[in-house]
Amino acid sequence: MAFELPALPYDYGTLEPHVDSQTMLIHHTKHHQAYVNNLNAALDKFPELKDLGLVDINKAVGTTKLPGDVATTIRNNGGGHYNHTFFWKVMTNPSNTNGPSGAVKEAIEAAFGSVDEMKTKFNAAAAGRFGSGWAWLGVKGDGSLAITSTPNQDNPLMASLPDTTAMVPILGLDVWEHAYYLKYQNRRPEYIAAWWNVVNWEQVAANFDAAKTGAVLL
Amino acid sequence: YIVISALYIQTHFSHRVVHRNKDFLVCVTKMLARGLLTAARESFSAIPSMSRLISTVKLPDLPYDYGALEPYISGQIMELHHMKHHAAYVANLNKALEQQAEAEAKGDVSKIITLQGAIKFNGGGHINHDIFWTNLVPPKDFEPPSGELKALIEAQWKSLDNFINTFNAQTAAVQGSGWGWLGYNKGTGRLEITTMPNQDPLSVTGLVPLLGVDVWEHAYYLQYKNVRPDYLKAIWNVVNWKNVADRLVAAKK
Repeated sequence: MAFELPALPYDYGTLEPHVDSQTMLIHHTKHHQAYVNNLNAALDKFPELKDLGLVDINKAVGTTKLPGDVATTIRNNGGGHYNHTFFWKVMTNPSNTNGPSGAVKEAIEAAFGSVDEMKTKFNAAAAGRFGSGWAWLGVKGDGSLAITSTPNQDNPLMASLPDTTAMVPILGLDVWEHAYYLKYQNRRPEYIAAWWNVVNWEQVAANFDAAKTGAVLL
Repeated sequence: YIVISALYIQTHFSHRVVHRNKDFLVCVTKMLARGLLTAARESFSAIPSMSRLISTVKLPDLPYDYGALEPYISGQIMELHHMKHHAAYVANLNKALEQQAEAEAKGDVSKIITLQGAIKFNGGGHINHDIFWTNLVPPKDFEPPSGELKALIEAQWKSLDNFINTFNAQTAAVQGSGWGWLGYNKGTGRLEITTMPNQDPLSVTGLVPLLGVDVWEHAYYLQYKNVRPDYLKAIWNVVNWKNVADRLVAAKK
């Protein structure tokens, strides 16, 4: 069973003006599609890895479960496929977003003091990631929330990588230049600030509820 | 003498002097109040800690107009790349170096250590782009490689085309942000193709940088979008082989 590019849960223009439609189109049909194609090609010789499923493939990065000659390709493209599949779902029509509520809001306040303070930390992680990468809000093994950033297409599921803070992600932001350059050019902080307008807090809450039981929604 | 010397240093060097103004004023007051000899002895002992000279880097001018590399690299990209990206590396490097000097003066080793990431990112960014602008030339002035450089390329890769294909294959495969490099190995006397992540400078490998190609997405995205290989095909129309040859000559010295 080959991996497939998931459909976006909305139109390419839905996140305007915060994330432009041309970026969404290229990001989805070119960048994410390439990760899917490359992952399938790498796993052609290892069908048993395909059966692991995308989440467990990501968890296997940095372990001996992945054969040496495809380990890097799987890290880059398995990571890329999970990250973007996750990313499309934590965004939504800007008119939908009301901010966090319920259990996830309490958890945010417990970990960071307030939602605003969480955003400040998240923004710093996103702006401060040098080169390509992602910023994450996630649930750690002890059930607490934390913020981290990862390089390239790594993510917090890759617990066996030496520099990774292991977490189940509940919210993530792509800060590769392709995610914002057409509209924001070098102005990454402006992109990060605008992106909060399209965060799908319902999905974040669902991700959080699953993470508290140790499950990774996909 | 001390005041005049300090003013001379300030105005005649392109360095920034980090004062301890309070110490300076205390010295001057003492000089006036207590008599020249005593104050002079105290002032001379205060000089080493009174000021620190730190180097700052400057954004170099491009050797051509922003639009001069069209149609291979757009003027919009060149302007953003130079005025925003490279300028930010320069500004952030200078800031980090100033903070490092202050930390050194205080003996704050922990602080010095925490600054090394910023110095590496921004220092590398400055070094790399400083080289890059000189590695490019308007297409009307393009000349293919000749002489010893051509001979070395052909000795190793059979032909210029094969060199370019090999370089492009490796450089297109850079994951995330980074650079493709043609470098000179002083030990073996050979040319080498390699890639570096983020803004890590080639010099840390021991190779002498001759030609760099920036494959951070900001270097091509506005024009080529996700199609990095198209950018890599186009850029060879604006490579300044004369500059590459000059760098080779300098490297062999």
